[in-house]
Amino acid sequence: MKSGYLTEREIDLELLIERVESADRGAVVTFLGTVRNHHEGREVERLEYSAYGPMAELECERIRAEAEQRWGAAVALEHRIGALGIGDVSVAIAAAAPHRDEAFAACRHVIEQLKRRVPIWKREHFADGTVAWVDPTTELKIED
Amino acid sequence: MTEDSRKLTLSVRFLARYAELVGTESATVTLSSPASVSDVLGVLRSTFPGARRLPDRPLCALNLSQVDLATPVAEGDELALLPPVAGG
Repeated sequence: MKSGYLTEREIDLELLIERVESADRGAVVTFLGTVRNHHEGREVERLEYSAYGPMAELECERIRAEAEQRWGAAVALEHRIGALGIGDVSVAIAAAAPHRDEAFAACRHVIEQLKRRVPIWKREHFADGTVAWVDPTTELKIED
Repeated sequence: MTEDSRKLTLSVRFLARYAELVGTESATVTLSSPASVSDVLGVLRSTFPGARRLPDRPLCALNLSQVDLATPVAEGDELALLPPVAGG
């Protein structure tokens, strides 16, 4: 269930689900992150993800292991790297556990920790031709 | 520096926006031992004009694990300077 958390190819959620489902796990929770067409009120056309590959792989493995240890959940995840268009899946997670509470908690843990710890960055190409690195520490926090 | 003063050499990676700021993706730094992450940043700031635009306390990873600026560095280490992460 490890290795190859980063991919340049389209993510296949079904394959992730196949890797975690089993007869003793009655709940599978999945999460898909997709590319949004707007950011802070500006129209986004596409974006590029880049990573510090070796560390990103290690952090993903650490996070997967945390979910396994804390909730007894089997987790598979992949994050896309490279150029993505609007609506493309950038990250996918499948978390399976005997019961739904553990599966939801494990899935939530993985996406939240991924966003905080995994060294991946995105550069947005806006409709007006400008390009900018996304910096979450300088953004206005607007609930949507 | 005397003949017998000890030196250490490590590699530095600048990731994402920081590679653009500094103008390179990697560098090799040699400095006196013992030294900390903070000391390496000092050398970088004096070597690369663009590195002066890095934050005072950038996120740093030593050999693929996050560390603070006081962490000692050793011969052959890889120090990576990471902008705030934005995956997902």
